[in-house]
Amino acid sequence: MAVSAKRVSNEKESEERVFKWVGTRAVRPDGVDKVTGRAKFGADLHLPNMLVGKVLRSPHAHARILSIDISAAEKLPGVKAIVTREDFSDLESEFVPAGEMMVNYRDITRNVMAREKVLYEGHALAAVAAVNAIVARQALALIQVDYEVLPHVLDVVEAMKPETVLIQEDLLTDGADPPADKPSNIAKRVEFGHGDVETGFADADVIVEREFNTRPVHQGYIEPHACVASVSEDGQAELWCSTQGHYVVRGHCARVLGMDVAKLRVTAAEIGGGFGGKTVVYLEPVALALSRKACQPVKMVMTREEVFKASGPTSGANMRVKIGATRDGRITAGEAILHYQAGAFQGSPVPPGAQCAFAPYDLEHVRAVGFDVLVNRPKVAAYRAPGAPISEYAVESVVDEIAKKLDIDPIEFRLKNASREGTKASHGPKFGPIGLVETLEAAQAHDHYQSPLQPGQGRGVASGYWFNIGGQTSVTLNTGEDGTVALVVGTPDVGGTRASLGMMVAEELGIDLDKVRPMVGDTSSLGYNFLTGGSRTTFASGKVAVDAARDLVSQMRERAAKIWDVPGDEILWYNGGAIQKNGRGGLTETLSFRDLAESMGKTGGPLVGQASENVQGAAPSFGTHVVDVDVDRETGRVEILRYTVVQDAGKAIHPSYVEGQYQGGAVQGIGWALNEEYIYDAEGRLENPGFLDYRMPVCSDVPMIDTVIVEVPNPAHPYGAKGVGETPIVPPLAAISNAVADALGIRFSELPMSPPRVLAAIEEAGISK
Amino acid sequence: MAKVTLTGNLRLYTAGVTELEIKASNIRELLRNLGKEYPELATQLTDDLAVAIDGEIYQDDWFAAIGPDSEVHLMPRIGGG
Repeated sequence: MAVSAKRVSNEKESEERVFKWVGTRAVRPDGVDKVTGRAKFGADLHLPNMLVGKVLRSPHAHARILSIDISAAEKLPGVKAIVTREDFSDLESEFVPAGEMMVNYRDITRNVMAREKVLYEGHALAAVAAVNAIVARQALALIQVDYEVLPHVLDVVEAMKPETVLIQEDLLTDGADPPADKPSNIAKRVEFGHGDVETGFADADVIVEREFNTRPVHQGYIEPHACVASVSEDGQAELWCSTQGHYVVRGHCARVLGMDVAKLRVTAAEIGGGFGGKTVVYLEPVALALSRKACQPVKMVMTREEVFKASGPTSGANMRVKIGATRDGRITAGEAILHYQAGAFQGSPVPPGAQCAFAPYDLEHVRAVGFDVLVNRPKVAAYRAPGAPISEYAVESVVDEIAKKLDIDPIEFRLKNASREGTKASHGPKFGPIGLVETLEAAQAHDHYQSPLQPGQGRGVASGYWFNIGGQTSVTLNTGEDGTVALVVGTPDVGGTRASLGMMVAEELGIDLDKVRPMVGDTSSLGYNFLTGGSRTTFASGKVAVDAARDLVSQMRERAAKIWDVPGDEILWYNGGAIQKNGRGGLTETLSFRDLAESMGKTGGPLVGQASENVQGAAPSFGTHVVDVDVDRETGRVEILRYTVVQDAGKAIHPSYVEGQYQGGAVQGIGWALNEEYIYDAEGRLENPGFLDYRMPVCSDVPMIDTVIVEVPNPAHPYGAKGVGETPIVPPLAAISNAVADALGIRFSELPMSPPRVLAAIEEAGISK
Repeated sequence: MAKVTLTGNLRLYTAGVTELEIKASNIRELLRNLGKEYPELATQLTDDLAVAIDGEIYQDDWFAAIGPDSEVHLMPRIGGG
């Protein structure tokens, strides 16, 4: 796998500094535990007297709950607790920040346990804690539920029609102009842009307008949702769970259950994938409620079927995109109308989808309108760059078609219109230092793009964008008496961040990396931390870890000054130790990190580096992907022949994990483009809730994904890092669709491009086999 | 006076006005002054908001400084997966 790092002019510390650890490919501190099976994931915790919790789920896509009778189940020997809607307080409508966007506590409590209606197949109705799984399942079978089955709607376009059944009877469209006076399934309308698109289209020599449809896709984490809850008789509680954000879990559970935040200690287990899908709560409040009732610990683990039916996915969508351009390849206007499925509760990622749709382009006239639409499916959850892959798929497909019509190379066309530093983004602000042009140029120069294709093969290109975020972060460095350091962070490690954060701390302290032991602390062990999401951890936790290390160095310098009896400002920190600025005591005299740690009791007490910040300044990341495909004309199967990801990382702290993010995002995008979709029967029941029938890519489906790391430093990070985890899933959908169009001469406007769909198009077009 | 642009749906609460000038030295002052000038908008200046000052996006940061000639954009909060 070739990696070339391109550096771009800058005046930053990261360019002036020679690093010892940053930029290396150090071994991850959690690696041995992962490969030997010692790592403890969500389902690995066992406590004395622990019960097993199971959930009764709706068989209907939409039904009113007339009654729930648990009396027979309660009498079953071995059943210790049962909870239903009666055990959860109704909460007022209140929006709070979560992983993807705002969530409403009124909806969270209804999603955790249905109240008036079940709104999708798999919606939780009741839960049982019993001495074992067999008894728990028997108890579920004894619970009697009377339903009034209602019509359901799964399709986003159908859901918007006035005559369609209402999923939430009192829902008025937020953002409608004039204000909505009748309920509908449209929860929200948003609009972004500037200029006048009609003026822009009037100036165009060529206009392409297309309609696109995508399907919901699941994040597909290998580890299902799992937790263990233990509530004591005095109301103190502990929770271990698989999550991207244990502080967010704590907040949600405390609110849903009416607990004090300080009485709930949450520990994030090792996580077997999240990709945004583990930023919300499903089982956790239920397990706590069961444990509170039973006064025993309760473990709950979703089956894969439950994961598919009751968690995630991201939205399916219907979209219309129109772009105009002049003959010489300058885009004059772009317009996108986006309809995103929210699932049964409002909150699809259509606002960021609308904001990101045209982000790669410097446009005078641009407009993106988004609609957040309820359907009888599970409530969508965040999934890498929420909303952006969908809208940018449509835009990048139309961009490719225009470039083809104008007979302009697709990368040249993008370079003519690319956003640069100072460009007014379609969502409003001007961009700071961004690396889109650099990714396009690197892709254009890459051997992949220059290599010839065989007859019948096709090549596609697409670019992608994501904002990235910072957020509240706390880090503590506890100095050991032997000169080692415990690095405690509050952001669960989903992609090797313990390694990258440890490297940054070792770099600042000037000590060996193996003297730094990074770990994820529980919610009681350090200050608040927002979750791992929005590609924020290496950037935000990294910045705060560096600041904590600088705090520790400052304290070390003060101790050295005391020992040498000189003013503190005469002490320098160099190569992992204190030296005197003016040579008094001799420049050769050094107090090493270990010396100072060993004497800390005598010089003032424990040395603890600490930093807590609400980190701002997350710079966005752009990427450009190139993909070659072949299409089997007899089966319709699309084969990925070669794939190259080029993306701006600001500064790659640990290049292997940056490459891993690039590759993982690309592969998830390949699945989205080619195979993944939810298939429902006429009653709204999911027919493929398992990895056998929900077809995610496996190793044999993809070639080695080549990567190129572009580095345009972020001024807000001490070393220039930008988040990298979201953007790589944005371009694949369009890049592959554009490659298939290049191979077949057929432009698809519907995902996935699965073999039956591709074969039908081949046959309709009369392409010879 | 900072040049302020309202994006998304905020224009619905300012009778269609999307560009205005507001005197404010930080985000908290900006939100207060905007709320005073447009009372209907005040209900929308909630946690579901990000503020871009000269291109840099701030979330939940009341005291981020706004310069006299700053370009400020109010936009929906950004999350991520």
